[in-house]
Amino acid sequence: MSDEETAVETGESGTSSTNQLAKKDRMKVPRQKMPEQLPEVRVTNFKEVPFGFDEELALKEAMRCLECPKAPCIKGCPVEVDIPGFIRLILDKDYAAAARKIKETNSLPAVCGRVCPQEEQCEIACVLHKKFTPVAIGHLERFVADYERENNLVQLPTKKPPTGRRVAVVGAGPAGLTVAGDLILLGHDVTIFEALHKPGGVLVYGIPEFRLPKAIVKSECDYLADLGVKFQNSTVIGKMDTIDELFEMGFDSVFIGTGAGLPNFMGIPGENLIGIYSANEYLTRANLMRGFDEGNFDTPIIRGRNVAVLGGGNTAMDAVRIARRLGADNAYIVYRRSEAEMPARKEEIHHALEEGVQFHMLTAPINFIGDEQNRVKAMECITMDLGEPDASGRRRPVPKEGSNFIMEIDLVVVAIGNGSNPLIPRTTPGLETNRWQNIVVNQETMQTSRKGVYAGGDIVTGGATVILAAGAGKKAARAMHKYMMEEVQK
Amino acid sequence: MPKVVDNRELGPMIWKMRVEVPRLVAKAKAGQFVILRVNEEGERVPMSIAGLDREHGLLTIIYQVVGKTSALMTTVQAGQELADCVGPLGIASHTDNWGTACVVGGGIGIAPVYPIAQAFKEAGNKVVTIIGARTKNLLFYEEEHMAVADEFYPCTDDGSHGHHGFVSDVLKKLLDNGAPIKHIMAIGPVPMMKVVANLTKPYGVSTWVSLNPLMIDGTGMCGGCRVKIGEETKFACVDGPDFDGHLVDFGLLTSRLTAYREQERKSMKRLLEDPNCRLTKSVQAFAYPDEK
Repeated sequence: MSDEETAVETGESGTSSTNQLAKKDRMKVPRQKMPEQLPEVRVTNFKEVPFGFDEELALKEAMRCLECPKAPCIKGCPVEVDIPGFIRLILDKDYAAAARKIKETNSLPAVCGRVCPQEEQCEIACVLHKKFTPVAIGHLERFVADYERENNLVQLPTKKPPTGRRVAVVGAGPAGLTVAGDLILLGHDVTIFEALHKPGGVLVYGIPEFRLPKAIVKSECDYLADLGVKFQNSTVIGKMDTIDELFEMGFDSVFIGTGAGLPNFMGIPGENLIGIYSANEYLTRANLMRGFDEGNFDTPIIRGRNVAVLGGGNTAMDAVRIARRLGADNAYIVYRRSEAEMPARKEEIHHALEEGVQFHMLTAPINFIGDEQNRVKAMECITMDLGEPDASGRRRPVPKEGSNFIMEIDLVVVAIGNGSNPLIPRTTPGLETNRWQNIVVNQETMQTSRKGVYAGGDIVTGGATVILAAGAGKKAARAMHKYMMEEVQK
Repeated sequence: MPKVVDNRELGPMIWKMRVEVPRLVAKAKAGQFVILRVNEEGERVPMSIAGLDREHGLLTIIYQVVGKTSALMTTVQAGQELADCVGPLGIASHTDNWGTACVVGGGIGIAPVYPIAQAFKEAGNKVVTIIGARTKNLLFYEEEHMAVADEFYPCTDDGSHGHHGFVSDVLKKLLDNGAPIKHIMAIGPVPMMKVVANLTKPYGVSTWVSLNPLMIDGTGMCGGCRVKIGEETKFACVDGPDFDGHLVDFGLLTSRLTAYREQERKSMKRLLEDPNCRLTKSVQAFAYPDEK
């Protein structure tokens, strides 16, 4: 495609009022790289890896946007952020307005700018992607959200007048926070019930500090609290109160966003030896409980020298990078398929490799071996060949006869996904679940089989992403608003 | 934040704390547990429910000083607050009218079998209570138990009070003499629960135990509390804490409880060396004497 053709496809040629560059020149600007900590430095600390764009880099990157009238990037975003709109405001140097523009549809820009898989969503849809490299939308999103927060420019939007309707949100993760953020602005009275002692869900217990500083999650939650959202931490719905009791307490509608529940294990011998963690436990000890900060925090965490993380997703990458930072000489990813099938973001795989993580592809453990104190000291593995595609469309790993070998390890993190948590389905009569015990919802409204009860995030989809959970929260909030205004009499 | 209304020593290194958590207390049932943190830097520690005062919304916890967190708990004064206290967690103890039911409490386990004995009584059972400790001043809650039990057998390992011997000796004698006990709930140190379960197996008496593995969230999310019951791995936080004692792999439980012994020692050492350490002299002397 020639530059002219691209220009035709993107609408007019020439310059817009704010962008100083002609469209055909914008394509010549290379994608700006975000500076980050050097690998050998960052494996010794838990500080955030990328430093973020400064103003100059942000402006340079923003200039690359072609401002396509059809804006395919917007359709790539699960919450349909007005991407060209906020980038235009960056060029106007009104960064706080750019942040507010994103917040019109996404309550968590500082989070999403960091952890969204933009390369599969907005950036893959970017017109520049076809011939050049896409605009670094995620980096720009992060820049404006950080700018707004760090310069105390966060403004509370005006709320609609009180509706008199009360909403209970169960789980303060990305889905629940989004529901709360949307419904409080519409004038509803919103309470979030969180089982852990801090709100944030996977953003606090799961995603490590070096990928998402907890201070950012806190400021996002504080923002909601300032808007009037009430947080009830350390409250386990399904134990303290059931969903039905929430209605008895006067809530008009309930959102269930309890996340991925029970960690899966492999079901192989020796799995209960000391030194074999679920990813949830390892991450929670490190992130929520801050076990890495020994001396200041009391929760212990096993620091292995030779650590095997089983799995190929983002959670596995987070765990293995924590292991390196906790002093592992050898940190391995052990995955039964090949790198092409790994569900982790390329960026995470790249970061892990840079940090010296060793990948054992087409390898699966079949047996864990313990010492006399019942601590894991080795695992027996087999290697795999890739066979025909399976139900997931990925080529099925087939064990290679006689390929058994022993890996010396002293810590294992099992990161092979989660089953569904039973606490709410067990205590909520009439709440339909599927054969994986995930809650069944209407995909348009996120309504469950129970009237007034909505659900979204991993409890519905099984393990997915922060932004998909936020997207589900958006849909649910719309439907809950409609339901409460039309069907709940006050 | 949950307010502590009193916190005092019952016996050497055995403490009783009452916490004002009315909503939790209104919902909690015998056999369930709570998770608390003493302060912002603290661990999340599971604690059995040792009493529920529904009228005043008070939860009773009985704890033994075994490490840093329990040592810090002794420093909380009446009127002060804990960082948090979440619950009720776990499934309540199974209660039925069996005719005659028995509770066996050993050491710190004397506390959680008390509300269970009450629940058994309320269900219409004749309640046989056996409690035991190493020595007289470690035996507590006698009056409370006596008020509930139809038959009450205190014992001490050294014979300083009640029957001279282990709780299992008393239980064996009762079973041999044909006591019509149909269900037993035993809580105490892992070796005690194991001995009781092994003892009752040949008699065919249903024997349940409450397991105390390490845990973090208490909602099924971390899987740290996994225990082996028969051939199955279960999560004590959501599937328990009570399990059929005849099926429990006690060896696994014992070993998993030692996972952090080294870190726990270091953590205690740091606390003792901290110039701002507010532990009483007696707690300091008790806690890891070899570290000083």
